[in-house]
Formats: sequence, structure tokens, C-alpha cells
Amino acid sequence: MQIYKHSWTRFVAEVAVLVALFTLVQYAITTELLSQYYEINLNSMCINIILAVSLNLINGFTGQLSLGHAGFMAVGAYVSVIMTNRLDLPFIAGVLAACLAAALAGFIIGVPTLRLKGDYLAIATLGFGEIIRVVLQNIDYVGGPSGIMGIEKLTTWGWLFASTLITLIVIINLVNSSYGRAIISVREDEVAAELMGINTTRYKVMAFVIGAMFAGLAGALYAHYFYIIKPDTFNFLKSFDILVMVVLGGLGSTTGAVIAAIFITTLTAALQSFPAIRMILYALILIIVMIYRPQGLMGNKEMGRKTLARLWGGKK
Amino acid sequence: MQEFTQQMINGLSLGAIYALIALGYTMVYGIIKLINFAHGDIMMVGAYVGFFSLSVLGTNILSAMVFAMLACAIIGVFIEKIAYKPLRNSTRIAALITAIGVSLFLEYATLFALGPAQRVFPETAFQVTNYHFMGIMVSNKDLFVFFSAVVLMIILQYIIKMTKTGKAMRAVSEDQEAAVLMGISVDKTVSITFAIGSSLAAAAGVMIGVYYNTVNPLMGIIPGLKAFVAAVLGGIGIIPGAMVGGFLMGILETMVSGYSSSLYRDAVAFGVLILILLIKPTGLFGKNTGEKV
Amino acid sequence: MSLMEIKNLHKSFGGLSAVLNFNFNLENNELVGLIGPNGAGKTTVFNLITGVYKPDKGNIDFEDRSLVGLHPYDICKRGIARTFQNIRLFRDLTVLDNVRIAFHKDVQYGFLSAIFRTPGFFRGEAEMEAKAREFLKIFKLDNKRDEIASNLPYGEQRRLEIARALATRPTMLILDEPAAGMNPQETQELMQLIKWLRQEFKLAILLIEHDMPLVMGVCERIYVLDYGQVIAEGKPEEIRNNKKVIEAYLGEEVN
Repeated sequence: MQIYKHSWTRFVAEVAVLVALFTLVQYAITTELLSQYYEINLNSMCINIILAVSLNLINGFTGQLSLGHAGFMAVGAYVSVIMTNRLDLPFIAGVLAACLAAALAGFIIGVPTLRLKGDYLAIATLGFGEIIRVVLQNIDYVGGPSGIMGIEKLTTWGWLFASTLITLIVIINLVNSSYGRAIISVREDEVAAELMGINTTRYKVMAFVIGAMFAGLAGALYAHYFYIIKPDTFNFLKSFDILVMVVLGGLGSTTGAVIAAIFITTLTAALQSFPAIRMILYALILIIVMIYRPQGLMGNKEMGRKTLARLWGGKK
Repeated sequence: MQEFTQQMINGLSLGAIYALIALGYTMVYGIIKLINFAHGDIMMVGAYVGFFSLSVLGTNILSAMVFAMLACAIIGVFIEKIAYKPLRNSTRIAALITAIGVSLFLEYATLFALGPAQRVFPETAFQVTNYHFMGIMVSNKDLFVFFSAVVLMIILQYIIKMTKTGKAMRAVSEDQEAAVLMGISVDKTVSITFAIGSSLAAAAGVMIGVYYNTVNPLMGIIPGLKAFVAAVLGGIGIIPGAMVGGFLMGILETMVSGYSSSLYRDAVAFGVLILILLIKPTGLFGKNTGEKV
Repeated sequence: MSLMEIKNLHKSFGGLSAVLNFNFNLENNELVGLIGPNGAGKTTVFNLITGVYKPDKGNIDFEDRSLVGLHPYDICKRGIARTFQNIRLFRDLTVLDNVRIAFHKDVQYGFLSAIFRTPGFFRGEAEMEAKAREFLKIFKLDNKRDEIASNLPYGEQRRLEIARALATRPTMLILDEPAAGMNPQETQELMQLIKWLRQEFKLAILLIEHDMPLVMGVCERIYVLDYGQVIAEGKPEEIRNNKKVIEAYLGEEVN
């Protein structure tokens, strides 16, 4: 892990690249250069990136297998819609409430569950994810099993870009710090980490809550783009979708999670008319990656400046 | 009182089915410490084989069950060799993720091959007779399910306690390395465990087909999860635990669904799961073993 | 006042008594050994001291405060560090990161500083890196600081584990079979290292070992454990000739 020395030139260059990227896409959207189809995919891509990167913090960096991530997405989606749809508050309120609610849910579920280990933890998180779904199914205020329809389309490219960027910055900065090292040490060897003064439960819960928070963010963005949300949208199959991205990208690599999220979104779009084939492919990805390349695409390496510099230098 | 007994009878039939599936989970966990996520889907495959046996081959119900059990035993062994064996020395998480993959594969490959529509078990397969008894109704379906399950469980107990294979299975669950040193083929024992577990699930699948009349590609998910909870409730890895757990879950479910809203019926299983994991993860019959540092 | 005082420690697993009526004391800067046949309960004692297990009965006092019931991370903060029988490094992390984690408990910047990359963050990181490298230099591992820990040769992994333990600035260091898997020359180097550590860092050291020359060569006092109980205690010469100790190791008295 490297903590890059603070450099103003680099910072300015990075900001410039990001501004350019944002403006380019915004232009394409406003002038309708980008068709509806691509816009939808761009939307899904950003949401998937946020979901994958946030799950990777829990599964990959902290080493705690969580199979209920869709539950937090559901909490975020529903809370944000209650804010905008039922309480007529602006989108920002919905988004913030979603993050807070999902983080809270992460805390409530995390504290008892993270005492468990390995597969027990995984199954417990799966159980909680389903409990959230069933509870939502039985609350009439949010439409029960049919959910809520006619949600205003408040998610714009600006929101997506900013959210994805913030998610990436927060998680990358967290991981590349002493706190990140503490979290990773929990994955590597809990007993040794405890004996080095690290309260492993605190860090597991921290990672869990932060991961849940961003899943909530993704939920809010999702709800305000796709008009409808139902409890069934956020079932364990959705959690598995996100798991596939994280496994494929490499448990413990943010770059990997991003690449895999983009790949899976593209795959989903390509196989839109063949949902069964898509699921079969997911299944095969999980099996083949685990058997033949358990570290996924990127292992726990990141594509940092060094690699990019090398690639760029090589091109010349 | 009548109502209660009626529910108990329903609960016992359902419980018998859960117990059969739970046994597969618990045996596999006991021997290779893997939660075989795909086990519920093996049950589904068994139900389909039973269905085809009845409708296409026109066999009777018992032969259908035998076919299903044989087919799934083979499929179970096959899956183990291809997907789980390579991961025997990997982390349990890796194996769990692979099991999820196998589960998804079975579900969606079946859906792709046979379509999502549910199939109905032919009526000729099982002539339903209802017996009335002091105001309680017992169908011969209930009797069939309950007694077949009991017979299978007795056979299983015999195998485990009285045969060399059973001893090998117990040895490998206790200590794999020591078992190897005793000349036991771990591979063979694991295969046999999967074969037996899968065949029991197949039997359960046929029973579900008889009991509820329909089969569909995703039918294994919810019962599979409930049976898993049953296995954990009894103590995962402990065979009598799975049997007891299965019956308890069946009775609990019918009680909840009979006396309160059936909307929460499925949530009961998750609730029980969370409670066990938080209070006593080793289950009713389980012992506590700490990690050696 | 002893640095560490253990009275009447008991620990059972199931029906088996792993540690029975264990009494022990350790002074500041003392080098004490704990020996005994395999399965005698030595590692269990270590685990009880460091909070991995909770004792069934008994007191463990360190610097006059009780350690019983504390989490391992609190015990570390009180000033006790340890290494493990089978090395427990953070295998996928670099050598530098392994040592840097030792400084986390005293991290100088907050969680939000890390996210917002404040000047405080960069300062804190620079400090931690500098301190870590100092330690690595002492243990001659600085040139390998970017190597992945699991790629180091065995002897260096052991050294790294000790370096990492010391980076937590303990008052007492517990070494669990540090010479395991070492050849005679490496063991000699280890002996020098242990003596030097004790002097340089003013540590009290508690050592489990099977390598008798090492134990006899560095320890000032030795406790002998058999079936969870102390069967002898004293200076190396006394222990060497103690009948009970010989019996415990060899079965019967050798004439």
C-alpha cells in the first residue's frame, strides 16, 4: 500500500481529468448523442460500481462474507422514496436519509451478526437480508408486495457521477490509511490483529456500516431512476449479483470491483432478453473463478499510478 | 384441540420432508464442513425426475421415487467431484461461494431447459384417500410422506451405525487426517455421503410433488433454506439433530401459518435462524469447540 | 512489586484441566522460561495471559492491575506483546505494513482525516512510516520492506514477527517457541537477539521453548509445566538436575 505524497500538480491534473470526463458525458446526454439505451446502462453501471465497491469493503478488505447487501440497498431505496414521494422533500434529503438509514441498519444488523464467523456470518447476513425484504412486503405504507410506483426521475448524470466519485474516494482513502490497514489485518489474522491492539469487532462493524451506507446510496439512486421499487427487487438474488461482481473483480481490489461491475453491467445489457442464460453465466463465473482463479481478476492488487504509467510509457 | 391435532399432523408431514432434506445438509457439513447451498436444488431435480418418471414413463410412485433417488445420487456425486473437491483445501468461504454458483446453475439451467412454467404431478400417480378420524382428517398423502421418511431415516441410521461405510463417514467427520491414516479413502467416503444425502433430498422432492402437486425450477430455494435452518437448529453436522430439527421446523411452520398470518410463514424460518445463530450457533444437540490458537 | 503476578490460575476445556493451580511471577527486565513436554499447557498459559482465553479461576496481575476479562487488544495496550508458535504474520501484506499496524493503536489522526486527506493525515502517515522503518532497520529488514510477508524466508519471518511485536512498545514480551524450525546457527543468532532485545528495550521476556541449550543459555529462571501444573521452578542449573523434570521429559529416572 502506498500513501502518495501530497502533490498539488497531481491533484490539479486529476481534477482536470474528472471535470473533462463529467462534461463529456453530460454533453453527450444533453445533446442526446447517447441514446436512451446507453443512458440506462450508464446509470446501472454507476449504481453497480457503488454496490460492488461497497460490498468489497466488507467481503474483500475485511474478509467478512456478507450475503445480504441488497437488504441495505432496499432500506436506502425505500427511505429515499418516502422522503421525496411521501414527504415531498428534495432529492438531497432523500439521499442523505437513505445513507443514514442504511448505515443504521448496518449497525443494528452488524453488531450481533459480526460476532459470528465464516459461513455462519454469511448465512446470518443472508437471513437478515431476507427479513428486510419480508418486512417491507408486509408494510402497507410502502405498498406491500407491489411496492411503490411512479417515483420521480431525480437521478441525473450529475448525481451519479458525484455519488460514484465520492464512494470511490471515501473507500480508497479509507483503505489506504492506518484504518484501512487495521481493517485488512482483521481479514488476515484476527487473533494477531487483536493482540496488536486492534479492536477487531469495532473495525468489522465500521466496515459493515460504511458498506451498508453506500449500498443505501445506490438504492436511492436506483429508486429515482427506475420509477418502481418492490421488495422482490432486493432479494438474495440481487445480493448474489453483487457478490458475482466482487468475486470476479477480486476480493480486496477496488479496481477489480469497478472493472467487474462494468463488465457485468454490459453482460446484463447484452443478455437482457435471456435472463436465464445470464444467471447460468453468473453461476459459471462463480464456480470457475473460485476453482481456477480464486483471487479474481485483480487479486488484491490495484491498478495504481505505477501501472498506468507503465502502460502509458509502454505505448510510447 | 382438534384444530391443534390437525395442525400437528400437517406439521409432521411437512417436518418429515424438511428432515429428509436437512439430513443431506448436515451430513455434508459434517464431513467436509461445507454448507451445500445447492442441496435444495438437488431436491428440485429429484422432483422433476419423479415427475418425468410418472408422466412420461408412467411408473408408479414408488418406482418414481427410486429413480429420483438414483438420479440425484449420481448428480450429487458428480457435482462434488467437479465443483467441491478442487476446493477441499481452500477456505470455507470459497467453497460456499462455489456452492452458491452450483445452486444458481441448477436452478437456471433447469429453467432454461424446461421453461419456467410449473408442471403438475399426474393425478393418476397417487389416488388420494382421506381418512376421517374423530374430526381430524388424515390423507394417505400424509401417511405416505411420513412413513416413507421414517423408513428412509431408519435405513440411514442403520447405515451410519452398523456398516463399515457408516463408520468411515463418522471417522472422516471427526478427523480427516486420522481417517486417511487408518486406510479410509476420504474421496470415496465423501462421494458416498453426497450420494446418500442427495438421494434423501430427491425422495423429499418427490414427496413435495405428491403433497403439493406441482414442480417448478425454483421450488428448491425456500424449502432448501428452511431445511437448512432445521439442520442448524438441530446442530449442524449432527444427524439426529437434523431429524429433530426438521420435524420441529415443520410443526412450527404449520402452527404459525395456521394460527396467524401466513404472510410471515417464510420469515419464521429466517427468524429462527437468526435466533439460533445468536444464542446457540451449535444448535440443540451441538457442543462448543473453540479455536486452537 | 512484581511486574506480573499470577495466582492460582485454572483453565479447563470440557472435562480436561489444561492449567491447574498455576502460580507465577515475573520481575521487570527478567528473562524467564516456561518449559515442559508437549501438551503440558504452556501455550494455554500464554493464551490466558494475553486474553485469548478466559481463566476459570485465578488472578493475573500486570503492573498491579488485573488482566482477567480484558480483551486481547486492551492487554496489548497495557504493554504485553507476543509472538506465536506457528508464525501469525499478516501474510498478504508487506513487511512494512505488518510493522505499521503496530502503530495503529496510537494513530495520531482521526478516521475523517484519513478520508479527507488532511495535512494531519500526511504527517501521521509519514511519522508511522519513519518509525516502522526504524524498527525494520534494527532488525535488518528495512531493505525488504516492500516484500510480501509470506515471501520472506522462514528465519526472516520470525524476525519480522518479533519486530512487529516490539513495535507495539511493550513492557513485557512473550515469545512462543521462537526457535521452532531453526538450525543451530540461527538458534545462536536468536539467543543473541533475545539477550540484546532485553537489554536494548528494557523488556521483561517470557519464553516457551523446547530447545534446551537456548533456554538454559538465556533464561534467568525457569518454570517447568507438566499436565498443566508447575512441577519445578528455579535457576537453570537447579532445573537441569531436577528429578521430577527429568522424569517428565524422559518418562523414568535415567541412571
